[in-house]
Amino acid sequence: MSKLGSAIFSRLVIIIPYAWLLFFFLVPFLIVFRISLSTTAIAQPPYEPVFALADGLSGIWAKIGEFSFDNFVWLTEDALYLNAYLSSVWIAGVSTLATLLIGYPIAYGMAQAPRSLRPTLLMLVILPFWTSFLIRVYAWIAILKPEGLLNQFLIGTGIIDSPLIILGTNWAIYIGIVYSYLPFMVLPLYSALEKMDNTLIEAAQDLGCPQITAFWKITFPLSLPGVVAGCMLVFIPAVGEFVIPDLLGGSQTLMIGKTLWNEFNANRDWPVSAAVATILLLILVVPIVFFQNAQAKAEEQGR
Amino acid sequence: MKSLGNIRRSFAPWADPAAKPFITFRNVTKKFGDFTAVDNLTLDIYHREFFALLGASGCGKSTLLRMLAGFERPTSGEIILDGQDIASIPPYKRPVNMMFQSYALFPHMTVESNIGFGLRQDGMPKNEIAERVAQMLKLVKLEQFAKRKPHQLSGGQRQRVALARSLAKRPKVLLLDEPLGALDKKLREETQFELMDLQQDLGLTFVVVTHDQEEAMTMADRIAVMSHGKVIQVATPAEIYEAPNSRFVADFIGDVNILDGKVSASGNGKIELVTNDGFTVRTASAGAPASGSAAGFAIRPEKLKVSRNAPTDATVNAAEGEVWDIGYLGDMTVFYVKLGSGKVVKASMLNAQREVENPIAYDEKVWVSFGETAGVVLKD
Repeated sequence: MSKLGSAIFSRLVIIIPYAWLLFFFLVPFLIVFRISLSTTAIAQPPYEPVFALADGLSGIWAKIGEFSFDNFVWLTEDALYLNAYLSSVWIAGVSTLATLLIGYPIAYGMAQAPRSLRPTLLMLVILPFWTSFLIRVYAWIAILKPEGLLNQFLIGTGIIDSPLIILGTNWAIYIGIVYSYLPFMVLPLYSALEKMDNTLIEAAQDLGCPQITAFWKITFPLSLPGVVAGCMLVFIPAVGEFVIPDLLGGSQTLMIGKTLWNEFNANRDWPVSAAVATILLLILVVPIVFFQNAQAKAEEQGR
Repeated sequence: MKSLGNIRRSFAPWADPAAKPFITFRNVTKKFGDFTAVDNLTLDIYHREFFALLGASGCGKSTLLRMLAGFERPTSGEIILDGQDIASIPPYKRPVNMMFQSYALFPHMTVESNIGFGLRQDGMPKNEIAERVAQMLKLVKLEQFAKRKPHQLSGGQRQRVALARSLAKRPKVLLLDEPLGALDKKLREETQFELMDLQQDLGLTFVVVTHDQEEAMTMADRIAVMSHGKVIQVATPAEIYEAPNSRFVADFIGDVNILDGKVSASGNGKIELVTNDGFTVRTASAGAPASGSAAGFAIRPEKLKVSRNAPTDATVNAAEGEVWDIGYLGDMTVFYVKLGSGKVVKASMLNAQREVENPIAYDEKVWVSFGETAGVVLKD
């Protein structure tokens, strides 16, 4: 009885996450994909064909025949979309690199800090999450605008004469993304660096490495799984980021999240925005697969 | 020819006043905050010596080794290696290499690149590195494991990779931190002799840190017994065991019975000592303490003889007692004998025969006896 019970239980444990993914990822995605194959219409909902039980099997089949990939073709015809995708990937890539360059020293410093201090430092990294993401991004407007805190400080100290125009440019977006996603970079890096065995560094020094060489030959390669995890955690959401470019970026900023929002809300073109979302998903799946491969490799290395 | 311990040695540069030490610690002190890990320590180690630092954990032996490697700098004092003060030389420029207790193999490199790591740092030409690595792999018998990663090896194989890596640069001194600590007993015994052979063949100076006295006794030419940052005694294993210079060393190495008492007569290299149990011991003593001074008498269990009859020889010390406990260990039997005064002494007898006629039993009245040179007088 208990054996049967535990067998059912272990099945259930496996089924629950799969069911979750099925209902909250795969099914919504299929709905989005199905809309992307439709054509726009002035109706409720704003696309056709719309399936109804009254159509009967043959009616549904006929309607499926109306599906087309025209929206995907349309995406390739208008350079706007390609530019938006490329610009999103570029902005996300630059931001990820900047986050890595800032996050690595932070994580390294935390891992080298006295053991008693580490929980506090960890807390400080997580602390910004206590405030709403939206409020934190709004706060950057106050800092970056021409008469904002940053410019007042720079002019006040005499470093510059006229205010820097940062708000409304890609620089503001970089700053916003780096600031918002820094914890997602620091945490996996810290967890990789924290379990590093310090005697490995001593061994490298003993064998003739100055400290900096020892870092590049030992510490950095061994922290690579953390680097990959951190970069993925920043890059993937940054590509589809909407709030930061919308609030901090200017009208000329092209990012796919913003394009999608415009298609959906301003143009009320659900099928095209569904096609944009589908392609965005494909762009993101590639790095995820890459990430998982890297992780599997790292696990196979026994670390 | 008489010698301490059942061993003959021809290698003894420390006994030669003309020999120059290879490594010298002179008045070295190392403090971590308020804690003094090494306390004004002076020590000489000679070229080609297998030297062991032995002590309980926290006695400063590892700190001493780490100062030699360059990971710690002495608070005061100087460390001289081959005529050069190395206190200010960083670890990566020192002609010493260390084998770490945890082996510290680089997990992302193969066995080959682990061994060649130090050579690549020195900018040695590629073909020479390959040659040296192959030579090292052969030395530790791991030729077929060259392409493996450390996690694909057993504990014993990892130990040998660590050894090969630390030897690859041909250091002047090899430092070994608990080199056999992570191995099981059988492998440990085998490896002890492998290490000794290697040290002989390569003609290197080895400094090994260990808390395992058997390991130190087996491998080392000389042992420094350490406690609380100080060296208590530096001597050959046989001297440490048969002629400990203090109560601490006598007690730390092996088993010992210590009888406290007062010197009642002294002269001619011999003394008479009346123990607190009222038992008179006549024994040879090198530095004869003055009559009336307090002293301890240390004697190893295997030097005591347990018999039913009192010894007839008048020069032999003997005391009557009762068998309190018997421990049969296979290779030997340990008798705990309660003397008249209530003091229990430990005596061990080798089981040289499989069958024993009428063995001694519990509660039997027995005599415990020993000769004039069987024990040591401790002055403190």
